Amino acid sequence: MSFDAKRAARLALIVAATASMAACASKPKPMPAPTPTPAPAPYHPAPAPAPIDTRPIPGSVQDFVINIGDFVYFDFDRYDVRSDGMSALDAQASWLLRYPSVKVRIEGNCDERGTREYNLALGARRANAVRDYLVSRGVASSRITTLSWGKERPVDPGSNETAWARNRNGHTVIVEGAR
Amino acid sequence: MTLKTVLAALFALCLVSGVAIAPSARAEIVIDVNQGEVRPMPIAVPAFTGAQRGGDMAAVITGNLERSGLFAPVNPAAFPERNLDIGIQPSFEGWKAISAQALINGQVTVEADGRLRVDFRLWDVFSGEQLLGLQFTSTPENWRRVAHKISDAVYERLTGEKGYFDTRVVFVAESGPRGDRIKRLMIMDQDGANPSSLTDGSYIVMTPRFSSTSQEITYMALRPTGSSIYLFNIETARQETLGRFPGMVFAPRFSPDGGRVAYSVERGGNSDIWVMNLASRSQSRLTSDPGIDTSPSFSPDGTRIVFNSDRGGSPQLYVMGSDGSGARRISFGSGRYMTPVWSPNGDFIAFTKQQGGQFHIGVMRPDGSDERILTTSYLDEGPTWAPNGRVLMFFRDSQGGSPHLWTVDITGRILRPAPYPGSGSDPAWSPLLN
Repeated sequence: MSFDAKRAARLALIVAATASMAACASKPKPMPAPTPTPAPAPYHPAPAPAPIDTRPIPGSVQDFVINIGDFVYFDFDRYDVRSDGMSALDAQASWLLRYPSVKVRIEGNCDERGTREYNLALGARRANAVRDYLVSRGVASSRITTLSWGKERPVDPGSNETAWARNRNGHTVIVEGAR
Repeated sequence: MTLKTVLAALFALCLVSGVAIAPSARAEIVIDVNQGEVRPMPIAVPAFTGAQRGGDMAAVITGNLERSGLFAPVNPAAFPERNLDIGIQPSFEGWKAISAQALINGQVTVEADGRLRVDFRLWDVFSGEQLLGLQFTSTPENWRRVAHKISDAVYERLTGEKGYFDTRVVFVAESGPRGDRIKRLMIMDQDGANPSSLTDGSYIVMTPRFSSTSQEITYMALRPTGSSIYLFNIETARQETLGRFPGMVFAPRFSPDGGRVAYSVERGGNSDIWVMNLASRSQSRLTSDPGIDTSPSFSPDGTRIVFNSDRGGSPQLYVMGSDGSGARRISFGSGRYMTPVWSPNGDFIAFTKQQGGQFHIGVMRPDGSDERILTTSYLDEGPTWAPNGRVLMFFRDSQGGSPHLWTVDITGRILRPAPYPGSGSDPAWSPLLN
């Protein structure tokens, strides 16, 4: 017997057993006066639930954020893209080339260890460094705008090395064209 | 006792007549605000007598003098007499006995037209000499400003420096979590009274700065769509943008004559300093260096600009002509120097310094000499000068916390929280009101 045949036979047994149980349960009781009940509908087991695809829709904002990654990180007072940033931006660039209707805003962010005005300038440098890298990988510059938040929008509210390292970033934000 | 003093009467507040002050005698009691070690002068400010607001005015004056750090107001419980008639010399023996060196008494009268007339006198308790006698007339709702004017007159008489109490402060009130702060422009009197919001918090505001010639501020707004710099009239709440720029625009500051605004514009990641003539709206570029050039601040004569640049590898202070010529570095200590602000007297440049994991507020001479560190904390930033050039306000942030406004004098000795209980940053001190 093949596997499929075994499975089909087992399914048939289950169906038969279920049907007879249903029949027993619907047998009229002697007292009080029997009330006619409609014959039970034949039992149809619900189809096995198809697995729900929880993966982001390709080309969506979630696809970009989860599967590609929307942040690259910088060293203190630096705006040159690190090697880990380059591979991250390579992935961003190929994704953006695959979905040419997407437009992005590169947001430059800084840690709190600098003054507000200096950090606005530094954040602009970071945003432009990310933009330049994406353009060098073939993404049309017309699809990219830049903005510096300086130290105004830390992703980590902490005041320690870990938080500062996370807050020194270039954030690629999809502004239109995603699925 | 013959010298007549008449001060200009402006902005619903006027001095009607001068009262005698001692013509030539220098008070023996003088405070040197530039000296590092000063024992605060004991001063007594009993409630003014008369119709109304007498106690309130004495309290405002007492608070101003106390916060300056130069005066030690005597506890009113110790006063040897009350209800001092300004027409009669005080009984100095009693005031001497409680060690008051200076004594202020005053009287509030309601004029026939409903206005308040306030007479006050400043006395040297030990010599029995009247150091000051002035009269102000004002509408009743302006009583606090009269008290500030009196505070300024007393401060100037006893220190030889102009006062700074009849002033206001614009700053950024902060609320909400760190990653999503709500920032509103706010204005208050320098003593914390009359706080009032100027913007609604729907967008980020930063770095307001006063014009020294009008009731206008310039500030920066930041939205996801980009940044803008604005002129904002405090009296009328009218605001106008200074135009569209190719990239980020930030760090605006008025020239001393109020006719120009210097600011930074970023293009392709590089920030340079520009200046705009407000009448013609014409712009000219003052720096074209690949480094960050920002935080411009004019010298009081308008001929030079001190600014922040990292063209040498780290953020340092530079001075150039206000046409952009001849930039040279003035900061040479170890550390990173930022946010230079020229004193209204021209004698100092205040700055933020970052060194060894700490931030400091400091001052140096315009040639970079005589650097003096005034404060140290996790994050001190953004000094602004009181109009007398002897006190600075700045903001202090804590690790994981929220910022608060502080003041420090140029000796660094008198450091204290500014009288605003909430969270605030980016203070800008107004000129003396008229």
